[in-house]
Amino acid sequence: MKRAPLYWATLGLIAATLARWLMSADKIGATLAAALIAVFALFRAMVGFARAEGWFARLATPVIFGLLLLWLWEMLVIGFAVPFVLLPPPSAIARAFANHLALLAQDFAQTYLHAVIAGYALGCGAGFLVALAIDRSPFLKRGLLPMGNMISAMPIVGIAPIMVMWFGFDWPSKAAVVVVMTFFPMLVNTTAGLAEAGTIETDLMRTYAASYGTTLLKLRLPAALPHIFTALKLNSTLALIGAVVAEFFGTPILGMGFRISTEAAKMNLDLVWATITVAALAGSLSFGALALLERLITFWHPSFRGSS
Amino acid sequence: MRRPSERDGATWPVIVVILALIGVWYVGAILLNGPQVREQAAEDASFRDFVVQTWSMERPVLPAPHQIAAELAQSLFTHSVTSPRNLLYHAWVTVSAALAGLGIALALGLLLAVGIVHIRVLDRSLMPWVIASQTVPVLAIAPMVVVVLGNLGITGLLPKAAISGYLAFFPITVGMVKGLRAPDPLQIDLLRTYDARPWQILSLLRFPASLGFLFPSLRVAMTLALVGAIVAELPTGAQAGLGARLLAGSYYGQTIQIWAALFMAAVTSMLGLAAVSLTEALVAQRRGGRL
Repeated sequence: MKRAPLYWATLGLIAATLARWLMSADKIGATLAAALIAVFALFRAMVGFARAEGWFARLATPVIFGLLLLWLWEMLVIGFAVPFVLLPPPSAIARAFANHLALLAQDFAQTYLHAVIAGYALGCGAGFLVALAIDRSPFLKRGLLPMGNMISAMPIVGIAPIMVMWFGFDWPSKAAVVVVMTFFPMLVNTTAGLAEAGTIETDLMRTYAASYGTTLLKLRLPAALPHIFTALKLNSTLALIGAVVAEFFGTPILGMGFRISTEAAKMNLDLVWATITVAALAGSLSFGALALLERLITFWHPSFRGSS
Repeated sequence: MRRPSERDGATWPVIVVILALIGVWYVGAILLNGPQVREQAAEDASFRDFVVQTWSMERPVLPAPHQIAAELAQSLFTHSVTSPRNLLYHAWVTVSAALAGLGIALALGLLLAVGIVHIRVLDRSLMPWVIASQTVPVLAIAPMVVVVLGNLGITGLLPKAAISGYLAFFPITVGMVKGLRAPDPLQIDLLRTYDARPWQILSLLRFPASLGFLFPSLRVAMTLALVGAIVAELPTGAQAGLGARLLAGSYYGQTIQIWAALFMAAVTSMLGLAAVSLTEALVAQRRGGRL
């Protein structure tokens, strides 16, 4: 790999930091000069990395792009004195994040550790078990699957007010919304996965006189794993959305959805953005963890075999 | 789940399942509303009266299907379409925002996908973020967008359309990038030997080839746009729209109203999906039966 993009990136980051510092010192001309150098150098670095191969270059391009966007956001918001209630600069969001760490952790525990995890486990588990239960009945499968697809395509978060009435204001009502949201994708995908095992393999199991249970355990469930993981990954995002939106309908004085809606109304946008950061981190980290687990467990699948 | 073989002969099973669900619903209504009825009912009330009462409460825990149907019919047919008492009016408020958002999403998604397919730097730098952003609960920003835009004096349709568009734009971008890359390299090379410009390759080969990917993305985007519009109606305590009906119903404990609004949202979503499928069928027909 050529070294040039790396040097451009280093130069760009130094110039960007310098520009930010010069702006605080009110030196407009110097700020502009440093900013121009930074944008030019980071752009050169990105173009260079985009042409290069290898995991480092593949990672470096989006990272530099993300940093560039964050930095532009910071510089433009401060430079043009955009009102704080419109868009706080990233530095203010980071400060709010650091200052309200305890509060954010409480919200996270309420929304994620209670509602999301309980609802996700129940919803995915129930979807999986129902898929197994209807596996032997083609009639039920033909009846339930179109329903499942239809319900998956509906605005399910709308049931949140009903769940709040049934299960109270605290996290169980949010978990219930998450259960309903995650159930159908899991049901549909597991059923599709159980149909995945090929005729040759199924016939082979039959020549071994394998029972239904053995075939399921040794052939059909492993073959269904890629589909099950698809549902697990999709549901991890859905669960977080369900829990956060359900909190817009009423909650005790805790939770990420509650924080976002009340602080937005009070114009404390830095805290809102900090909470959104927590939600984004939670969402992408759980997705990433599931993707990693998928790679470890279904390493045999064609979509992974070629890549590592 | 679009394989025709699995849909064949599904009519009867679906009808049976729906009937079973309605049956479970009625039983559930008895069980859930029972305690409240028992508190008020006289000692010597017969079981028949008890059951009928659980199915006709004013604010039931779980309204029976016929109560929801009656509320829907009452709302749809006794008030004019422009009256806020008519659910169609609220559905239209929500749908118009969702459709505007879908339009924004389509324009932005197409533009971005074309850019990502043609410009390598964009592909390498932007695409990972587009994919990563799908794992983020973007719906969480809805209240903030509505409040901030409201502060700027922008209210009504636009903030809702912005949220709908933001949600719907990701699946369209991802689907279109896949679709624009779908053509065989051989075909692209063939067009190159004809000295075709990049925009000619785009319009003659890449875009037609991407249609098969566009419509599945559009289905996902349609649902997301509707969800976005509904959720965007919550934070302002909006006066109109299906989300506002849900919120109002939840404030005043009007369960039947909530269920009616929910049912309306489900029907709207299904109609939207049907519209996408119809467009797909029409486009497929014009192109000789397949995409």
